[in-house]
Amino acid sequence: MRKVTYPHLGTFSLAFEGLLAGLGLDVVPPPPITKKTIDLGVLHAPEFACFPLKICLGNFIEALEAGADTIVMAGGTGPCRFGFYGVVQREILLDLGYNFEMLVLEPPQGQIKPVLDKAKALCGKCSIGQALRALHTFWRKTKALDCLHAQSLVVRAREARQGTTSKAYAQGLSLLKAARTPGEVQKSLREALALLAEVPQDHKKDILKIGLVGEVYMLLEPYANLQVEEILGEMGVEVKRAVYLSDWIKEHVFLSSLYLPGGRSVKKAAAPYLEHFVGGHGRESLGETVRFAREGFDGVIHILPFTCTPEIVAQSILPEVSRREGIPYLSIPLDEQSGEAGFITRLEAFVDLLHQRRRRKDKSIS
Amino acid sequence: MAVTVGIPRALLYYQYYPAWEAFFRTLGAEIVLSAETSKSILNQGVRLAVEEACLPVKLFLGHVADLRDKGVDMLFIPRIVSVEAKKYFCPKFLGLPEIVRCCVSGLPEILSPEINIAKKPVRTRVEICRLAARFDRRPWVIDRALAAANEAHAAYKKLLQSGCTPQEALDGGRQACREGKIRVAVLGHVYNVNDNYFNCNLLAKLREMEVEIVTVEMLPAEAFACGGKWLEKESFWSFGHELLGAGCFLLQEKSVQGLILVAAFGCGPDSLICELLARYYKRSSSIPVLLLTLDEHSGEAGLVTRLEAFIDMLRRREAV
Repeated sequence: MRKVTYPHLGTFSLAFEGLLAGLGLDVVPPPPITKKTIDLGVLHAPEFACFPLKICLGNFIEALEAGADTIVMAGGTGPCRFGFYGVVQREILLDLGYNFEMLVLEPPQGQIKPVLDKAKALCGKCSIGQALRALHTFWRKTKALDCLHAQSLVVRAREARQGTTSKAYAQGLSLLKAARTPGEVQKSLREALALLAEVPQDHKKDILKIGLVGEVYMLLEPYANLQVEEILGEMGVEVKRAVYLSDWIKEHVFLSSLYLPGGRSVKKAAAPYLEHFVGGHGRESLGETVRFAREGFDGVIHILPFTCTPEIVAQSILPEVSRREGIPYLSIPLDEQSGEAGFITRLEAFVDLLHQRRRRKDKSIS
Repeated sequence: MAVTVGIPRALLYYQYYPAWEAFFRTLGAEIVLSAETSKSILNQGVRLAVEEACLPVKLFLGHVADLRDKGVDMLFIPRIVSVEAKKYFCPKFLGLPEIVRCCVSGLPEILSPEINIAKKPVRTRVEICRLAARFDRRPWVIDRALAAANEAHAAYKKLLQSGCTPQEALDGGRQACREGKIRVAVLGHVYNVNDNYFNCNLLAKLREMEVEIVTVEMLPAEAFACGGKWLEKESFWSFGHELLGAGCFLLQEKSVQGLILVAAFGCGPDSLICELLARYYKRSSSIPVLLLTLDEHSGEAGLVTRLEAFIDMLRRREAV
């Protein structure tokens, strides 16, 4: 029987692990991302590859060492580098002498057979009914995880004692992880939300609102973005993350495979600044910044992996968006060299500026 | 007086300039080129761009600023998305008109037709015709301009395949001495290999060392299909596809003694493509590879030392 593994992607890994297990596969989850994962990835990946490629490669190496023999990876059709990750990672792992199979899940480019082959390889043993049930649970779980995450961001900004929200959130995650059916997922979500609601709050705090935009992997994986949400939350900032994977799947997997347009409002918001798709999440980063500005957010933080081409296009245009929409932004490229202390200092300075700006605004109104 | 159209001497200038020139000339526009890349253009580009951008894009912005200072009426910065099915250019080409607009101030009007053969072939033609109609509304003149552009591009390609580098071909087909005891492939994006300031005169230096040079442009189009056979999935970047194809073709033929890869610091597609090529060459372990990563801090002396060491090593291998 195959032993299947996959790369980490924030809390999404919990849902994906459940899906693979639900399909009756033997799952070898990659060990949690640590310094060692990053070191392994950096050692073997190309120097200028973007950070997500390096982390995923580290995940694969650790999982293969733990006994996995099949890697499930997402792919794409360009022009973002992500679509080519699988090809390069496969060659690197082959050169390292591992024996494995790599299943890259990507949109069919006119041929349906490779997609069916991969689906068969993954759910060959289970019935269609079982597969559909597993998918249903997976979808519910993804949505539940996103809902819990969004709520945790609101609560963390107002917590009375630092760290209580993160603790409750972690408990909630383990509840959701254990859920096996859609019903259980709903039940655990209710319990997890109740845990968050019990966190003592301080309602006198002056809460800033900051939107988080940028490259999808960097936003979703807390290890990659140096826990930016937690750091900001504990400074009393209510963070709103622009990307949630459940929305992304809905738009890119369901709607686009039915040729339905999705994400129109983001594209429309970005249109005055960038008319054309630039691969990856570049145009969306701009559109979401515009939307945050119009929703009255105090600022936007743009996070990108070093050398990420689509986000560099966005970064070049962000000053113009910031000026015309009147929203301050901070653009931070991150990679394995990023130091946490410097990162926190920059965030603190930005938050201070936003507080001053708000006070000035309040004064001019009163 | 004729309208002046500024064309930056950077990026795809090296690939399409003859076609662009023929197109605009036929339409009665006057073309103004930016000056050749120099220290001041580089400095200006570095000042204007975000620091994350790759050097070719920074240089492009420098050239645009140079044209602005020359006072052209219009700038030609097409949005080149794709020129063949299922393959794209790098994301920076897709957003180039906007990058220029946001980073350089005080610009004249920018002509940026969208070239997207993969997804919107009809729209591409409409955009080109609309662009042409701005200069001359007569349909037969537009047809003639398109035909002239095609013809010029075909002639340019033929010249390149005969062994000219793009720089020589653009200078009027004057060919430098191409005899050499050893043959080395210099593979990289056309704007990296041919901008003499950017790569510290790499090609001329190799020729001085009596090295015969092969570049991507000199290979027949069939060679590029080679790369696909080695991979599960073809590269979805046009440049990447050509590089991989050319590299794999030369490795199969074993017709070169060494391979020099020229990449810009932080180049997204090349970070993966060069890695694959280097791995393939290492596996077959018959042809040495030198990877030159260039940015605005490249020192000429260091580059020369590395080149000399590489060529010396190749010579010694030949002698043994």
